[in-house]
This record gives sequence, C-alpha cells and structure tokens, in this order.
Amino acid sequence: MSRSARALGGFVAAHPVLVIVGFFAALPFLVPYKSLATQMLVYGLYAIGFNLLYGYTGLLSFGHAAYFGLGAYGTGIVLARLSVTSLWVGLLAGVALAAVAGAVFGFFCLRRRGIYFAMLTLAFAQLMYFIAFHAADLTGGDDGLRGIPKLPLGLLGWSVPVSTPLAFHYFALGWVAVALFGLRRVLDSPFGAVLLAIRENSDRAAACGYDVTRVKLLAFVFSATLAGLAGALDTLRLTVVPVESLYWTTSGQAVIMTLLGGAGTFFGPFVGAATFLVLEDRLSQLIEAWPIVIGLIFMGFVLFLPKGIWGTLLAGLPAAASAREPAAS
Amino acid sequence: MAELTLTALGAQLFTGLVLGGILVLLAIGLSLIFGLMTVVNFAHGAFYMLGAYFGFFVLGFTGSFWAALLVAPVMAGIFGLLVERGMIRRLYGRNPDDPLLLTFGLSLVLVEGVKVIWGKVGLTLDPPRELASVVDLGFMLFPQFRLFIIAVTALVLVGLWLFLEKTNVGLIVRAGSRDPLMVRALGIDLGRVWSLVFGLGIAMAGLAGILAGPLRGVYAEMGTEILIESFVVVVVGGMGSLPGAIVAGLLIGELVSLTTYFAPKAAEIVVFVFMALVLLVRPSGLFGEPGLAE
Repeated sequence: MSRSARALGGFVAAHPVLVIVGFFAALPFLVPYKSLATQMLVYGLYAIGFNLLYGYTGLLSFGHAAYFGLGAYGTGIVLARLSVTSLWVGLLAGVALAAVAGAVFGFFCLRRRGIYFAMLTLAFAQLMYFIAFHAADLTGGDDGLRGIPKLPLGLLGWSVPVSTPLAFHYFALGWVAVALFGLRRVLDSPFGAVLLAIRENSDRAAACGYDVTRVKLLAFVFSATLAGLAGALDTLRLTVVPVESLYWTTSGQAVIMTLLGGAGTFFGPFVGAATFLVLEDRLSQLIEAWPIVIGLIFMGFVLFLPKGIWGTLLAGLPAAASAREPAAS
Repeated sequence: MAELTLTALGAQLFTGLVLGGILVLLAIGLSLIFGLMTVVNFAHGAFYMLGAYFGFFVLGFTGSFWAALLVAPVMAGIFGLLVERGMIRRLYGRNPDDPLLLTFGLSLVLVEGVKVIWGKVGLTLDPPRELASVVDLGFMLFPQFRLFIIAVTALVLVGLWLFLEKTNVGLIVRAGSRDPLMVRALGIDLGRVWSLVFGLGIAMAGLAGILAGPLRGVYAEMGTEILIESFVVVVVGGMGSLPGAIVAGLLIGELVSLTTYFAPKAAEIVVFVFMALVLLVRPSGLFGEPGLAE
C-alpha cells in the first residue's frame, strides 16, 4: 500500500466521527435527490443504535422498531397533538420516550439471555405496534399520525428555518454528529471495553466483578436512545408517522442494514444503511418483488460474508486502518 | 361488555381450543427444532403460510381437501428438510444467532415469492364438504371443521409422543437434544436426525397452516403475526419443553379467545402482558429449566 493511502487509512481510523460527518456534509450533492442523503443519515443512525447492542455487546434485538417508533410518535404527538411550538422540546420528548421504553423493556428482556432475548424484544415491539394501532385518538391508528408542523429551530434567540431539504439535512447531521461523538466516547471508555468483554464471554466478565446485567441495561438504554433520535428525526423529515414505524419489519431493517454493512464496526451501519437504501431505490423501480432480492442478498451475507461489507474490507486491510477499529467477532 | 351467557362462554372456550391447537402445532415444531439443534427458525411462520398455499395448490389440482391435508404438510416438510441440508447446516458451530438471521432472510424471500406466484390478493380455502356443517354439543352448536382441528391436533400430539418415546429414532432425538457430543461418540449420525426433525417440525407448521387456512384466510403475511404469538408460547412454556409448549399454547389460545369476547381491542395485547407477567414470576417459563439455551 502506498504511503498516502496508509496515511488516509490512519486518518479514517483516528477520526471516524469527523469522517462520517464530512461525508454526510457532502452527500446531498452526490446523490440523485437530497432526501435520499438524509434518509441514509437517519437510518444509519438507527442502525448505529442497533449495532451498539448487537455488534458491540452481542445482544441480538429483533425489536428496535419499538424505540425508533416511540421516538417518532413521541416527537409527533408532542408537536401535532399538544401544539408545542419548540422543535427542541419535540425532539427531546421523542428521544426521552424511547429511552424510558428502553429502560422498561430492557429490564424485562434482559431477564433472559441468548435466543430468548431476541424473541422478547420482538414481542415487546409488537406490543407497542398494537397499542399504537388501537389508540387511534392519540396516534392516528392505521392512517398514521398526520399534521406535524414544519417548525423553525429556535437557536439563541434566532429562528432558523430548517424546512428545505438541504437545511433539514444539516440540522439532522448536527444531531447525528452529537450522537456519534457521544457513542465514540462511550466505546473508547472502560465501559466500552466491558461491552466487548460481555460480547466475547459474558460469564467471564461477570467473574471479573462487572455487574453484567447493569452494563447490558445501560447499553440497551443508550441503544434505544440512539434509535429514538433516529425515529424523531425521521418524523420531522416526513412530517408524518406511519404506523409501520413500530412494525416488526422496521426492526428487521436495522438487522439487515447492520449485517450488510458489518456488525461491530463503527462505519458498518452507515455503509449498510446506504447500501440498503440505494438497493431499495434502484430495485423498486426495476421489479415489484424487490424485497426478494434484498432477502436473497441478506441470506448470502449471513452464509458467506458474515462480517458484512465494511468488516470484510477491514479484515483484508493491514493493521494500519484497523488498529483502532474493534474488529467484528 | 357483552352479556355473559353459558353458551357464549362455551363457544369462546372451544374457539380458544382451536386457536390453541394451531399455536401448539407451531410451538412444538419450534421447540423441537430448537431443542435438538439450537436453531430458532424465524421462517416457521413462512412455512405455516406455505402449508396453506401448498394446500390450495393441491386442492386445485386434485379437487380433494383430504389429499391437500395429507400432501401439503409433506411438501412443506421436504422443503424444510432441503433448507436445513442446503443452508442451515453450514451455520452449525458459528454464532448461535446466525441461523435465526438466515431464516429471517428466508422468510422475507418466501413471503414475497408467494405473492409473485399466487398474487397479492388473499385466497379462500374452503373446508371439505363433509365437515361444512355444525355439531350439536348438547349446550351449543359448533362448526364441525373446528372440532376437526382440535381432533387433528390431539392426534398429532399422540403420534409425536409415540414417536419420541417408543421408537429408536425418537430415543436418538431425545438423547441428541440432551448431549449431542455423547450421541455422536456412540457412532450415531446425528446429521440425518437433524434433517428429519427439521422436516418434521416444518411439516407440523405446514399442517397448522392448511388447518388454519379455512378459518383465517390464506394470504402471504398470514404467518408473521402467528409466528410472534408462537414465540410467546415458547417463551411462556419454556424453550425446548414439549409439555410447556402444549400447556402454554392452549392457555394463550383461551386467553386470546376470551379477551376477544370481553374486550376485542385488547386481544392482541393481552398475549404480551401475560408473557411479561410470567417472565417476572418465572423467568425460565412455566416448564423451562433455568439456564437452558442461554
């Protein structure tokens, strides 16, 4: 490898948050339409949240739709039903709702390990879906929650409009940058090391004196918070909350995106989300049954490329680029 | 709240038994497959759906519901066996989540594939003419076909019990789910037993599908919600426990049926509330052993 390529690899590995933010700052000008870039950003964040639990802690959640959807509904209900006019309050309400739900459901789901955990997370997400479906007065039920206003962002006394696609993209990017920075700090901290220890051998981590259940619950809540932020941003992007945002297919999207990109890597979820959305965008124009192709590609990855696109790339690179990147198991 | 009469209550209890029977057929297959090879089959609901579609296909071909009832589960079972042989087998010894992920992908492909072949609109599957009328149970009238579902479920359970307890292969299955290494050390080819049990579990799912088709309609997504309910049954009953799957399946069937009667909107929710309560009191499920499958 040439020296400049190695230097680039080193930079990417040393400043992952900067690289992602820089990339997404330029992305709206590289894709056919700007909302695709924002979609990649928001779903990438959603997959990042899922990846914190699956890729770094080894807990396979099949119910992240609950946190994405509650983030979406929390923001939507506060803005559309309670007539709150502050974008800050709306966003934070959604994120807080997702975090609280993560704490409650996490408590239940973490009573069982392994396979049960996946089933339990799925069951609780489905519970939320049915509640949203039936509580039509509050959620709009089957029609989804409509009438979410496009509000300007109040910033130090200024009122910044974020309603154009490009302005909203940078607004969302600001939030994602904060989330990624926080995530990076957590992963680099001793707490992050304990997460990896739990993934590799939960019993041994417990024997070392770590309160494994508490650490897992914290990871669960953090993961739910990230998914909730993604859901809240998606609500502002769409100005509508479809009831499907709580359906299990939304949970499946996080799984597919993360696995395609590479579980347990920092960039993987974004690579996976971008790949998934581009595939969806292209395939749905070509054939009606495009989910078959997505399903087959996903099966191919599970069978032959379990490290995903980014994880496989990393495994093929020399240590320079992968030194700071915790490799997928 | 609807007025409570003994007849109406009896009807709901019997309806609950029918739903419970279908859940038991699905949950036992899941539990059996998991108990032996620690694979969570996420495509179980898709195979349930395939059973109904295969039944529709055979019915259209032969004109006989009875032929469909016999052939469709076999077709589903062979399909399942091939899936185990061709794909899931590659994943043994890897991350225990991998088979779940693979079968999740498979379920997407099957659900969309069925839409391509049979169309997006649901199909109707009529019960056989011999079972189209009602039976007088003394205190109420009950559709024959629903009674038939209860009978078939009971028959399959007795057959499965005989297979597991009285045959040599059943002995290997039981031993293999307890200590596969030891069974292999005794010179037994567990791989063939795995394929067989996987096929058997799928055939039971297919049977549940063709039985449920005339009641609940045949459509591509028919398997997804009942799959999640079956997961709840397995969690409540205790993973890998066959008596647990039966008791929990019937309990949840009754619970859903009675809630549908008293508070229809809560029927889909009560299942999950019940599961949360069981988990609080007995984290390993009603019949589960602590520590199994963790």
